[in-house]
Amino acid sequence: MSNSVNQGPIDKSIDGTVKYLDDRFSTAGFIKRNMRKVFPDHWSFMLGEIALYSFIILLLSGTYLTFFYKPSMLEIVYDGSYLPLKGIKMSEAYASTLEISFDVRGGLLMRQIHHWAALLFVASVSIHLLRVFFTGAFRKPREINWLIGTGLLTLAIFEGFSGYSLPDDLLSGTGLRIASGIVLAIPVVGTYASYLVFGGEFPGLDFMSRLYTIHVLLIPGILLGLITAHLMMVWYQKHTQYPGPGRTNNNVVGYPLLPVYMAKAGGFFFIVFGILVLVSALVTINPIWAYGPYIPDQVTAGSQPDWYIGWLDGSTRLMPNWEITIPGLFTLSLNVLIPTLILPGLMFTILGLYPWIEQWITGDKRAHHLLERPRNNPNRTGLGVMALTFYAILWISGGNDIIAQMLNLSINAITITMRAMLIIAPPIAFVITKRICLSLQHKDKELLLHGEPTGRLLRLPSGEFIEIHEPVSDAKRAVLLSRTELPMLPVPASHDANGVKTPNLWAKKLQRRLSHWWSVDQVPLPTVAELESATEHTLHELSEAQEQGVELTKDTPAPTSNH
Amino acid sequence: MSTNRKTLKLSRFRKHPAAILVVLLVGLFTTGGLYSVGANAANKMTGREAVVDIESIMSDPASIDQGNRLFATGCATCHGLKAQGTSDGPTLIGVGAASVHFQVATGRMPMGAPGAQVMRKKPIYSEEQSLQLAAYVASLSPGPAIPTDEQLDWMDAELAEGGELFRSNCAQCHAFAGRGGALTEGKYAPSLMLATPIQIYEAMITGPQAMPIFNDKTLTVEEKQAVIKYIEYLKDSPNPGGLELGRYGPVTEGLFLFTIVIGALIAAAIWIGVKAK
Repeated sequence: MSNSVNQGPIDKSIDGTVKYLDDRFSTAGFIKRNMRKVFPDHWSFMLGEIALYSFIILLLSGTYLTFFYKPSMLEIVYDGSYLPLKGIKMSEAYASTLEISFDVRGGLLMRQIHHWAALLFVASVSIHLLRVFFTGAFRKPREINWLIGTGLLTLAIFEGFSGYSLPDDLLSGTGLRIASGIVLAIPVVGTYASYLVFGGEFPGLDFMSRLYTIHVLLIPGILLGLITAHLMMVWYQKHTQYPGPGRTNNNVVGYPLLPVYMAKAGGFFFIVFGILVLVSALVTINPIWAYGPYIPDQVTAGSQPDWYIGWLDGSTRLMPNWEITIPGLFTLSLNVLIPTLILPGLMFTILGLYPWIEQWITGDKRAHHLLERPRNNPNRTGLGVMALTFYAILWISGGNDIIAQMLNLSINAITITMRAMLIIAPPIAFVITKRICLSLQHKDKELLLHGEPTGRLLRLPSGEFIEIHEPVSDAKRAVLLSRTELPMLPVPASHDANGVKTPNLWAKKLQRRLSHWWSVDQVPLPTVAELESATEHTLHELSEAQEQGVELTKDTPAPTSNH
Repeated sequence: MSTNRKTLKLSRFRKHPAAILVVLLVGLFTTGGLYSVGANAANKMTGREAVVDIESIMSDPASIDQGNRLFATGCATCHGLKAQGTSDGPTLIGVGAASVHFQVATGRMPMGAPGAQVMRKKPIYSEEQSLQLAAYVASLSPGPAIPTDEQLDWMDAELAEGGELFRSNCAQCHAFAGRGGALTEGKYAPSLMLATPIQIYEAMITGPQAMPIFNDKTLTVEEKQAVIKYIEYLKDSPNPGGLELGRYGPVTEGLFLFTIVIGALIAAAIWIGVKAK
């Protein structure tokens, strides 16, 4: 069901262009089909747009930076215009980044735009992912697109880290040192892998040029391809929509791409671009000149990665110093292996497979085009908040030294507290979130059955006080009634009708148990009969109020205010 | 309008040919006057107080005696009547004048409360009293002396060399921009933004609290001067990138992103997403 838009007379100039293209490429059909395509409207649908626009800005600003950056580890003596480093030996990579910052026209602004846009890119991808997760937009038929999204996030993090490493300043060099340590921690092949990646002993002379190719060609290329696939799938599978009046699982209510979304999206691009340029012009990011060149024997206090690596830094800081030496063979550095390879590997695997995990638990194989309000799926919402809490604790731990410094705390105390919190806090977060969701479900049921309290009290002749309730608006009612009850799988039979044993019975039993846990606590939706009698009751109450001379407009003062 | 013209407003003279000259002179005299007042109070370059002749105080028996008296009332409780140390405070025999001057002039001594680390605070003793205390402790046994004007002559030192030395020797605790950093068990390397050149020099030669000692073999006098020059540069270097967000590194950048930038963008998205009425 799309809003009909008046088909006015076509502008002559547009007519000419369209005709020109149509004569050559037969585009009329394509344009007609797609320019009128309807998209639903909601601010949270624009979070992914922020990611797309920051990616475009990254491509543009990054291209400018490639004109001046030299991915070379060749040692030179700096002779640029930044005096505190004049005469200091450094890599050509660092010197060219200084040149971009101080001697290239607009170079520093471009660098800051590129870096702020990179932080924003990963941030907006992450927030977009949260929106998709908590509204259940990943459900069938969009599981594949969720998987692509997970891939995009992973690649965005790698792309960000590779860019952060290119300037070869003291901070990024320290980051690469840790990266090389992570590679070294891979059991058995670590040393060989590190020699392969760095072309010898760290830091070596080859790595910067290799990283550069990966940063400007390989990962952006894959990102571009995946983003295209991601958007084409949104286009082809249509966008999900929030529940509302007239919105069903079989329609899309919204506005057409042309002119409404062309204008909105185009305008939003310039807002994102504008805010990024404004921030980049006013706020320093990564003052590489202040860090100095990377020399392996130097390090600065407060060495931190950009925000999206912070949680891995945190997991490493929380990890106890476990190490197993297998005599005569090798050392198993669990202190590095677990927090930097096993943990993120596990987390991203669960993230990518989540749609299938949930589908298996609920046995829900239906296609969903209507978004689910977070409260209507308490376990999913709870699991999401639980995962976020886990992530946040790792994230905070990544800045434990800055926190210790700012708040005058002991860094050891923070680390011990965070270790405990990492285990205790997520389950608590789950329980609290689930309880809040269920309470909200109760509240929704209450609203459907008893209407909205108006805050106006009425004194009946018997002396009884009642508060007048008004039925909820149609729009709200549609939202409240959009909830579909979560399905519960039947208990699996041990044998089928022919007496054949059910294969994998234990798995089916586990599935049934999980499905039961998933849906058992939900507040049952009011039945049709309950709804009808409730409406009757409300109307009765209202007519009673009218008999007492209460006018039912919002601004009527409470009749009993002067008793 | 005619009545306005008669009133004695200063702005009447704003187009007078001599106005610029007068404003310029007033400005110059004010700045110069203020500067001379400031210059009298303390030598901005070194942090040594110009009115106090440090060397003569150090060798003057009267000031040593005065220092002894101050010590007996303010310090002896913990450090012992003869500075020999007690269970509450270390011995000060051999710590030298530089150490006493550093601790007292930065307000770290007398200590407020025991904790993981003694904090910098407003000094309790005047500069003269600090020097008298230093003279008394130095009279007990030789130790590192308060740096002289020649030792503190950092203005002509090499800035780039100072930066290199700072990154090799100081940044691992005080951080790349000298804003300080956390150490273990609640200890920390303080921010250097308040430290004067003389205090930095004294800290280097005496190694207060967790800090190592940088004697003249580890860092020569010229190298110490270069380090001081770099720290002075860090204090008020121009920041070409705009707001510096405290110079704490990517943590504050991330905080700025998730509050201000994301906040502004979501506000814009909501604004665009609002249904036209």
